[in-house]
Amino acid sequence: MSDTAVIAKPSLLRRVDPAVATAFACIVALLFVGSFYSRNFLSPEYLLQQMKVASFLGVIASGMMLAILIGQIDLSLPWLVTVGAMMSCAVGHGPWGAAFAVPFGILCGVAIGFVNGFGVAYLRIPSMIITLATNAVAQGFMVVYTGGFSPRDSASPVMRYLATGFAIPGLPNAVLCWAAVALATVIMLTRTTFGRAIYGIGNRERAVYLSGVDTRRVVLFVFAISGGASAFGGVLLAGYASKAAQSMGDAYLLPAIAAVVLGGASILGGRGTYLGTVAGVLLITLLQSILSVMQIPEFGRQIIYGLVIICMLLLYGRERVSR
Amino acid sequence: MSEWWFWLSRQRGTLLAITIFVVMFTIYCANHPAGFSVNVVQTASNKGVLLAFVAMAQSLVVITSGIDLSVGMIFTLTNCLASAIVIGSPSRTGLGVLAVLAVGALCGAINGLIVIFGRLQPIVATIATGAVYFGLALALRPTPGGSVNETLADALTGRLFDVIPASLVMLVAVVLLVWIPFSRSVTGRAAYAVGSSETAAYMSGVPMRRAKFMAYTLSGLLAGIGGLFLTFFTYTGDAAYASGNTYTLFSIAAVVLGGVSLFGGSGSAIGAIFGALAFRTIGDLLFVFDFDPLWQPLFQGVVLLLAVSLGALGLLRVKNRLEWFG
Repeated sequence: MSDTAVIAKPSLLRRVDPAVATAFACIVALLFVGSFYSRNFLSPEYLLQQMKVASFLGVIASGMMLAILIGQIDLSLPWLVTVGAMMSCAVGHGPWGAAFAVPFGILCGVAIGFVNGFGVAYLRIPSMIITLATNAVAQGFMVVYTGGFSPRDSASPVMRYLATGFAIPGLPNAVLCWAAVALATVIMLTRTTFGRAIYGIGNRERAVYLSGVDTRRVVLFVFAISGGASAFGGVLLAGYASKAAQSMGDAYLLPAIAAVVLGGASILGGRGTYLGTVAGVLLITLLQSILSVMQIPEFGRQIIYGLVIICMLLLYGRERVSR
Repeated sequence: MSEWWFWLSRQRGTLLAITIFVVMFTIYCANHPAGFSVNVVQTASNKGVLLAFVAMAQSLVVITSGIDLSVGMIFTLTNCLASAIVIGSPSRTGLGVLAVLAVGALCGAINGLIVIFGRLQPIVATIATGAVYFGLALALRPTPGGSVNETLADALTGRLFDVIPASLVMLVAVVLLVWIPFSRSVTGRAAYAVGSSETAAYMSGVPMRRAKFMAYTLSGLLAGIGGLFLTFFTYTGDAAYASGNTYTLFSIAAVVLGGVSLFGGSGSAIGAIFGALAFRTIGDLLFVFDFDPLWQPLFQGVVLLLAVSLGALGLLRVKNRLEWFG
């Protein structure tokens, strides 16, 4: 990156990440192409509805982004989403349950996240393996839980309010939840030493350790936060669908990774901004929505979805030539 | 003496996988009501070879320090294709089999080209190609259906001389025809070299591109063989997203149990095969102990968690704390 510093550019241009700019340009292009098909794609109602749908993926992808920033990955996301949804549905009844449903669901996700973090940070197991294993364990618990007896799987009023209500007229609560998560993440990443350590670990954990940071604790907490974010996403999804279902999280793993990477974050860690993740989330949500509105059959949607991701990565996600 | 020691330490992961499998399978047979009989072995082998083929496919890519998250989808795609074209007269069936294998290899080759020339990270590139392959599978089989040449299917899933499961023979044949030639060739050694250090491999003039390309292509081919066998077992093609995904994730688990390092450069496809067989046996163990099948996923998960945590024992030998951070 030293060569960019030498060439004097206007400060604004220098600060804009080309990957993020491309991602936003692609969003505009998508809406533009969509508007030829139907004027509705530019209507505020449609855009607001998309923001609402995007906010579930946005919350989930926030956790994934942190894991990717430290150069790891969290494959336990699908069943953490389900755990969050099912556990909060399970306790969300009665006066006490109503108050504790949402925190309880998130705490379950955090707990499994701590197991992930412990495995990665202290046992030095590759994150891809340990998160796969905890995913299987979480799935096992949920299968036993739902199969042994008929659980209460309907969402509590609080969860439904969080996902579908309007605290501010015209602005869905789900979007507010995403905004809150986004604000917290941005402050953490840019204004705290914890955030600085996250970027550092992604670049070279050894160097950060030698500078006196307890890197293992940072990794532990990153996975805990990631687990909590997945579970919170699950809570919102359960509120949106007004019930929790098995394998409801399966459809979110690949889009979450794709959103983070499309937003310009390096899968190897250490590079990426939250704005990029927002762009990636919006891009994927819009792409899925436009493809389904155009009534393209499921197989065509999958193919176009895959091709678009490859093409966009070829535009700006390439690594440097190894020399 | 020292040469033997060197060989043993290189094959440690594979040998450990074989040991795990033998122990698991012995426990399984000892507690099975029918004991160690031909039928038990045949059922176990038919269940195990599918994952074994997919795990082999995964291991080839993992050795070059890549990862292929599309193996499950190639497996699904070839399953759907086989249910459409592997049928009819012997010559037509033969052509169909070849076409299915060619499509598998082609899918792998596309992955390879994108990773080598597109310079994308394998993990994200194969997520995207996996979506494309799954889309193609759905286009072929919007609903489960199709059929397959049943004579061939029964021959390959039955028993040879009434004793040996034919699927196991095919697995051995594939190892002898694909894995052994590859691992002993210059390209195969280059794949190991690329996996252990890309920079060093480049500096030594190792044919990196050819090695990676071959690894991805053969991986697609092996996943295709797996898809073909799935069709032989089920007689139908089914574009199921969940099953493709499960096979991808299980293949990673099998590869790790089989002693193939995810960082690349060590392990072997044979280890991956035994990892896959061991993983399947873990799942079946519960049945012989008369547990509620509901507990199977949890049991499988906990065993997997314990198995991967065992790898952490190596940390006890680390003297310099900086080595933690690789």
